[in-house]
Amino acid sequence: MFAEKAWLIPLLPALSFFVILFFGKKLPKGGAESGILTVGTSFVLAVIVAAQWLKDAKVVDDHLTWWSNGKVHITIGQHVDGLTVMMLAMVTFVSLMVHVYSTGYMHGDVRFTYFFAALSLFTASMLFMVLADNLLQLMIGWELVGLCSFMLIGHWFEEKNNSSAALKAFFTTKFGDVGLVLGTITLFFAAGQTFHIETINRLALDHDISHGLLLAGALLLFLGVMGKSAQFPLHVWLPDAMAGPTPVSALIHAATMVVAGVYLVARVYGVFWSGFSIGNGGLNWMAFIAGITMIIAAGLAFVQDDIKRVLAYSTVSQLGYMVAALSVGAWTAGVFHLFTHAFFKALLFLGSGSVIHAVHSNNMSEMGGLKKYMPTTYWTFVIGTLALAGIFPLAGFWSKDEILLGAMKNHYPYIFLLGLIGAFMTAAYMGRCVHLTFHGEYRGHGHPHESPRTMTVPLVLLAIPSVFVGLINAPGVEKFAHWVRFEVPGLKEAFEVPEHKFNPGLALFSFAVAAAGLVVATMVFYWKNAPAKGAWTRVPAFRALNTFLVEKYYLDHLFVGGVVGSIKGPIARATYWTNQKIIDGIVNAVGVGAKLVGRFTYDVIDQKGVDGIVNGIGVSASETGGVLRLVQSGRVQQYALMLFAAVGLLGLALILFT
Amino acid sequence: MPITEYLLLSAFLFCTGVYGVLARRNGVLVLMSVELMLNAVNINLVAFSARLNDPAGQVFALFVIAIAAAEVGVGLAIVLLIYRNRVGVNLDEIDLMKG
Repeated sequence: MFAEKAWLIPLLPALSFFVILFFGKKLPKGGAESGILTVGTSFVLAVIVAAQWLKDAKVVDDHLTWWSNGKVHITIGQHVDGLTVMMLAMVTFVSLMVHVYSTGYMHGDVRFTYFFAALSLFTASMLFMVLADNLLQLMIGWELVGLCSFMLIGHWFEEKNNSSAALKAFFTTKFGDVGLVLGTITLFFAAGQTFHIETINRLALDHDISHGLLLAGALLLFLGVMGKSAQFPLHVWLPDAMAGPTPVSALIHAATMVVAGVYLVARVYGVFWSGFSIGNGGLNWMAFIAGITMIIAAGLAFVQDDIKRVLAYSTVSQLGYMVAALSVGAWTAGVFHLFTHAFFKALLFLGSGSVIHAVHSNNMSEMGGLKKYMPTTYWTFVIGTLALAGIFPLAGFWSKDEILLGAMKNHYPYIFLLGLIGAFMTAAYMGRCVHLTFHGEYRGHGHPHESPRTMTVPLVLLAIPSVFVGLINAPGVEKFAHWVRFEVPGLKEAFEVPEHKFNPGLALFSFAVAAAGLVVATMVFYWKNAPAKGAWTRVPAFRALNTFLVEKYYLDHLFVGGVVGSIKGPIARATYWTNQKIIDGIVNAVGVGAKLVGRFTYDVIDQKGVDGIVNGIGVSASETGGVLRLVQSGRVQQYALMLFAAVGLLGLALILFT
Repeated sequence: MPITEYLLLSAFLFCTGVYGVLARRNGVLVLMSVELMLNAVNINLVAFSARLNDPAGQVFALFVIAIAAAEVGVGLAIVLLIYRNRVGVNLDEIDLMKG
């Protein structure tokens, strides 16, 4: 009943976009009320759809034909299943919180109305993408969220840094999108000219598409995922994207847009499963990239001074976890982590926004001791930190544990190992972040104060699911795996992603690892006379590591200096030598020969033959033109006369010859 | 139903229109002559529609009327602009497109 009307959910924020665009400045709250109202209604609708899904679990898959050409039908449709329902509810909830929070955070901003218009459009596009039943529609939504991200990162475009960051984000993701487009085209032809995702999944899992094509499709699509979900080495845009307003960082760069890539993998999982042969275990390209991503991003989070950048690298690392989960066949775990991560990462970002609002600086070196000034922000931030670190029984613990379990049971030992190291690092850098921000002495200027009610209420509302949402897949409950499943109807052989039973020993171990991370962080950054204090600067090896991390593994240098510079430097010289000595020799020899042939050609063929013809054509055209010029008198009635005469003659011919 | 009279009327109107388009110097009168031609066609369409008992002809006639209205709108706008620019609508003088 209600699930068939799911298309209303993206439609409402889309309408709101136009309302704010045209009438926003005239509304009493500058357009904010329109955004909040529509996103709120969408959230209620999403909850109703979710409730219906929990009741009868009926998949809705219908579409309208947009236009058709021969047997190719381009459609626009909706596919409502567990994954969609989960995403709809999550996106609308986080978006609603961010809308409410923004009324406080953006209060008095020069482009307040414009900001809310972009937020509404973003929400609409994301929901449109989530509902898509075909790859083309998914791609349209995907590009729209990319556009909104660009608009919002560059919200304060008067500063050069911000507009550069927006461009960097746009170009980096567009680079990945080339892969997405090519992958979509590959799958379109591989699946017999259809974009329909369910059909593509079915054909892929039935091995009706050759493995080579599936691998090509999966690799190309994964390039898009690497751009959008910030996987190594295309993760460089995400930390810079922190130039945008903090609510945007929470909504786009933590909870929703960046998970679009993960969502794509989860949605078209049949292609990835067969293309990368995930069921076989061992090593695949996706797992390789995800493994690198989660460790290097976690390393970078240690050395950032900007609180938002810590969270940004943490996001990159967590996206690595989600992709890793999908790459080892732990579909449910990956999607579950996406779900839990959205709540606590949005909470952490909004918390950091609240701090920035109070001290007017992003740098943790100008914070400290904020616990007593802003208690609500402090406690919610701590909840978010514990949830992200994976402390029992908060949300992150359950989902991270499932990923590790999946990696171990599905024979991906190195992902399991990297995951454990990552869990330790996550707990440690988040511990550092909390200690530097909220404990110790206040190092900034002015008098910090707690944020207004519009900002703290969303924090509390996000803290509640951050604590409890993990419990829905706890042992004994295990509802999530039941509600959100990867199913493809009509398969020759039934396919099920592997599920594993909760393993208490492993859970205890991963919990101990995370706790150890927090303890280490406390030892280094909280105790005044800790032995490890200052080790970063005293020990040369650590100092070198520190510099290496501060320079972000020299990746930006590699992209700009390495790729561009090496072409200018040795490679260019080597190329020049080869060019001068070898190629020039060949070219010269060819040249002499060519010259002789050319001389002959010029004298005989060109001058006499071709030129004769060309000149002849020219002269005849010119003379014909001279005659026809008389006809072009510019007088309308003469043209009309010729028209009627011609019609008359044709009519006469018709009568005479039939 | 005898149809000859209708066709004769239509042919007469059409020829008048053609003459007007070709011979008149005034732009407005040329436009009016075009209308005459269109209406001659309409008479033909309606007459055959009645004769053959097929409403398609009448539908076409309605279309022609609608399109003719749009055409006159555009045409008069052009004539008006020409008048403003050159103070006169003598078609002989308007030969900017002379090759």
